[in-house]
Amino acid sequence: MSSVNYGSKRIVTGAGYGFRDWLAQRVTGALMALFTVILLAQVIFTSGPIGYEQWAGIFAAQWMRVLTFTVILALLYHVWVGVRDIWMDYIKPVGVRLVLHVGSMVWLIGCAGWSIQVLWRF
Amino acid sequence: MTDLARKRPEFRNINALTDLPSYRLPPAGWVSILHRISGLLMFALLPFIIWMFDNSITSEFSYAKFTAVFNVGCSFVPGWMMKLLALALIWAYLHHFIAGLRHLYMDVNHAVSKEFGRSSAWVTLTLSLGLTAVLGAKLFGLY
Repeated sequence: MSSVNYGSKRIVTGAGYGFRDWLAQRVTGALMALFTVILLAQVIFTSGPIGYEQWAGIFAAQWMRVLTFTVILALLYHVWVGVRDIWMDYIKPVGVRLVLHVGSMVWLIGCAGWSIQVLWRF
Repeated sequence: MTDLARKRPEFRNINALTDLPSYRLPPAGWVSILHRISGLLMFALLPFIIWMFDNSITSEFSYAKFTAVFNVGCSFVPGWMMKLLALALIWAYLHHFIAGLRHLYMDVNHAVSKEFGRSSAWVTLTLSLGLTAVLGAKLFGLY
């Protein structure tokens, strides 16, 4: 290993982002699991059949909208880490992988934006 | 350095396609690869999920349209095919969720023995496939 680690001699491989993303997947996963339980509980403990009124009513409460919004952002990060790992594992050519990374980001950010719009427009 | 040492041996996986299908994946291996596959499936179907959420929540009229898609189908896809798609999503979510909880449990409790890996993998597969069957029966109107 070179003792010079600046300029052109700087070692640029191994970006060192493993721990943050590993922990982020756990934290976002736990948050989404909690959200699933909360949502399921509301659905299960609604007396009578669930029609449009009951279902839309769940998401009409402001606290539920804010929680869902947070979960959407959590999902965005969680999916990005997962999908990026898949590309990293199976796609060796850098050019193809870069296209897939960008495409995945566009896909995810578009989905996030659309779902946030859906959440607040009804 | 001899000539042999200087020229390093190269191994090409020319038998990969014949060898790979003959490997026996243990239950924990199945849980792992299915965790990845279910995640990728949900990633690919994300717009469909948002479409379902949108239609289910916007109005009475769109809610009726949304439920109709699973009975009557849309222009090119019959209703039962849409239900199958929904079932695939249900399985993907259940498996990913339960396998994820298994990950979290192993992380928190340092339960990394081979025996726990095997037993927890069996529980994961049974629970996820079982719940998928139960919810699928409900979806297809069996009860």
